[in-house]
Amino acid sequence: MKEENITTTDIISDENLVYKKTDLMTDKTLSYCPGCGHGTAHRIIMEVVEEMDMTEDTIGIAPVGCSVLAYEFMNIDMQQAAHGRAPALATGIKRTWPDKMIFTYQGDGDLAAIGTAETIHACNRGENFLIVFINNGIYGMTGGQMAPTTLPGMKSSTSPYGRDVKLMGNPLKITELVAELPGTYYVTRQAVHTPANVRKTKRAIKTAFKNQMENKGGLNFVEIVSNCNSGWKMSPVDANNWMVENMFPFYPLGDIKLDGEKVNKE
Amino acid sequence: MAKVKGAIVIDVDKCKGCEVCVEACPTDVIGMADEVNIKGYHFAEVKNPEDCIGCANCAIVCPDGVITVYRKKVKA
Repeated sequence: MKEENITTTDIISDENLVYKKTDLMTDKTLSYCPGCGHGTAHRIIMEVVEEMDMTEDTIGIAPVGCSVLAYEFMNIDMQQAAHGRAPALATGIKRTWPDKMIFTYQGDGDLAAIGTAETIHACNRGENFLIVFINNGIYGMTGGQMAPTTLPGMKSSTSPYGRDVKLMGNPLKITELVAELPGTYYVTRQAVHTPANVRKTKRAIKTAFKNQMENKGGLNFVEIVSNCNSGWKMSPVDANNWMVENMFPFYPLGDIKLDGEKVNKE
Repeated sequence: MAKVKGAIVIDVDKCKGCEVCVEACPTDVIGMADEVNIKGYHFAEVKNPEDCIGCANCAIVCPDGVITVYRKKVKA
């Protein structure tokens, strides 16, 4: 048997294309640090929107934080909300246009700190939209200050000796909190640091959009545990490893609420 | 048995050199360049093109979406 002599240039042609960045991401260079999970999260949301053929019917809401410029990168209709008010804005848009697919994209400072009231009340009212929550345990944009989601003992620029729980309080597991509310329909926690996790997260986002499309009566909440290598002062690969070792035990991955019922972990 | 061969194209000027793709590659195809790109990052480059199987793992984890993947079946 003789192996065909195939060179790289023979393989690189449109008929052999397996994967390329979706056209729903603009060609602008992302404003994120090298290795930041935001870029991957943006891209998989846009891939889901493309695959479900709802480009014209989707409206995204950008937060305040690192991803404030999300509307520059996602090539769909977008709004930019005041700090933490994305769920309130999403409520307004969804009630005005019930047929549109609405999602908010928020970080932990936006969703779990200044926007806690909006988040909890939107979840409790059971608004029919999707919240994508990026949790990296730090205020990334303003220089790595301690956030509500910062782990106990974790160093940040405002907790240089590590978060002292007695003095600074406990980290907030807002995803578990909203899962307790009767208004949420689907609550899950995922990550985007490995190919397998990216695929799982994409499936979760697809499920959430399907629930919204079928008007299952409840809010869909997808948390993505992510890294902040600049804020954590690590290289991107080290930050991902640190996240697996430290973030995941505190923020375990998996579905928390499926079809309106809490998942029994035991 | 049919074999697959892959190839990747990296948009070097958009690469930020985070090395996440290097970790994700199961066949150690990708390495970091010694030179830097227009932004001053050591960009990712194909070191062992022969080993690429076109699994697209690198492209899926790339935060900046700079990798395009091709795959072709090769008769052996």
